Amino acid sequence: MAAIIDVRHVHKAFGGLKVINDCSIQVEQGSITGLIGPNGAGKSTLFNIIAGALPLDSGQVLLDGEDITNRPANELFHKGLLRTFQIAHEFSQMTALENLMMVPPAQDGENLFSAWLKPGLVRQRETKVRQRALEVIEFIGLHHVRNELAGNLSGGQKKLLELGRTMMTDARVVLLDEIAAGVNRTLLGDLVSNIERLNREMGYTFLVIEHDMEMIGRLCDPVIVLAQGSVMVEGTIDEIRNNPEVIEAYFGSNVA
Amino acid sequence: MNELVFFINNVIVAGSVTGSIYAIGAIGVTLVFSIMRFAHFAHADMMTFGAFMVLLLTLAFPGVGSVVGLPTPVVMLPLAIVLTSLLAVGIDKAFYKPLRAHGVKPIVMVIGSLGVTLMLQGLIRLFAGTSAQNLYLGGERKEIYRLELPFELATRPVIVTEPQVILFVLTIACVVGLHLFLSRTRLGKAMRAMSDNPDLARASGINTNHIVAVTWVIAGGLAATAGTLLSLDVTFKPDLSFFLLLPIFAAAIVGGVGHPYGAIAGGFVVGFAETLAVFNWSVLLRPIAHHFPEWLELPRNLAFVGTEYKIVVPFFILVAILVWRPTGIFKGKVI
Repeated sequence: MAAIIDVRHVHKAFGGLKVINDCSIQVEQGSITGLIGPNGAGKSTLFNIIAGALPLDSGQVLLDGEDITNRPANELFHKGLLRTFQIAHEFSQMTALENLMMVPPAQDGENLFSAWLKPGLVRQRETKVRQRALEVIEFIGLHHVRNELAGNLSGGQKKLLELGRTMMTDARVVLLDEIAAGVNRTLLGDLVSNIERLNREMGYTFLVIEHDMEMIGRLCDPVIVLAQGSVMVEGTIDEIRNNPEVIEAYFGSNVA
Repeated sequence: MNELVFFINNVIVAGSVTGSIYAIGAIGVTLVFSIMRFAHFAHADMMTFGAFMVLLLTLAFPGVGSVVGLPTPVVMLPLAIVLTSLLAVGIDKAFYKPLRAHGVKPIVMVIGSLGVTLMLQGLIRLFAGTSAQNLYLGGERKEIYRLELPFELATRPVIVTEPQVILFVLTIACVVGLHLFLSRTRLGKAMRAMSDNPDLARASGINTNHIVAVTWVIAGGLAATAGTLLSLDVTFKPDLSFFLLLPIFAAAIVGGVGHPYGAIAGGFVVGFAETLAVFNWSVLLRPIAHHFPEWLELPRNLAFVGTEYKIVVPFFILVAILVWRPTGIFKGKVI
């Protein structure tokens, strides 16, 4: 299988603090790859670099062979690279449904020309987008709050909305940043099966940051362990669980 | 009855004129704030620049207006709007964009915009001189409409001038157009999205650079409109709009900064407060003066503040409203 995301020798420092240190990872096409590591390992920074939210100091990021180093997030979106945020982001002054409707694949109406001169066409697409948004909101179980302002939703509901956003368009790779945090157990089961379904049926590739080892174990293969800004080890969840180095990094040397 | 006519002329008409100008100006200030999160002090001089473009175009093509039956400056306004929008986008590219790219704090942008203000004012002075100039050139005259009231006692007419009528029409057009734009079009919604959460907007595929440019185009267009209509109502001067800067900011904040409908409300609140404050109330009280006790003599001039202190009124309103509602009349922050 080919690597759809290829991170090559990336370095990133904040002031004197080297957060990412010669880090190279590959995410295989069609996989659900887990990214774990102790706090401060640089997981979120690496995510932000891949997603175009942070400029890197040196190195290269490739998406399906194409150099996307330091490209802005909106460009990556149109190339099919989507992300969710660790702290759920939402358009607080729009309803849940409008939030989803902000993300159709092609931002057609953003062209002033078509907005004024082809209102029929725009309306037709708007209807299609609304239809899709209604399906998605049903799917993520937020149908009953679809007309609430997104700012008033609970933390867990905002997380679901984040996942819903990635389902509005035909993504190739989705970066999920702690999507399970703050979501209750029953919803979590739905979330996991939704992710698996998107992976199987729609061919989405996922890169997942997660602290919940149970969820990682259920979803991810392979799993990459990040420590001190570079890859410590990579393998299946069982290999990771039994790796003495990983145990040391997580629990300290005296446990192992 | 003539006292009532006096009131209509000096408060209703004058307040609507001032309010409209403040409202159009404040919408521009508030839009720039909601997208770029800084107070753009050069907005007033963009207004003057727009009016200056109209002056130049009117000098270049005098008498064009008579063909369509409108004053020439009004016919030239669309062109001035385009030019001012280009100027706004150009200023952003040259001065604000490099600052944004460095991720500076908003206060640095504010100081930068003060620099732009001084520069623009200097440039306009350089070419236009410092004296007042009438936009009605080459024999064109300001039409004055005298509306007789259908009451026997009202011998004096309500007076509205042609530029004032045009101002009211264009204000309504701007407000309705902006509302439709923000609520109906995808681009307008993308603007709301960006003002709400720029990171998420980018992650949702919205090109935020594009939105910034569109914001400047709209702000420039509104500035040119406000500046021109103001110069038509009075005269063109290089420092004309600069003195409106503070009331316009007061209007934007009163309405809830970042909120365009708030800016409209704020503009009219400040405009009417100003005219009411300098209005001579003794004119209205005079007809009923004979009911007053003898010791109470009606002074000749009974205004809350003298005209020379007019500028304090917006700030009084500003403080009063912010105490009552700290985020402005409409809750500000997001479009």
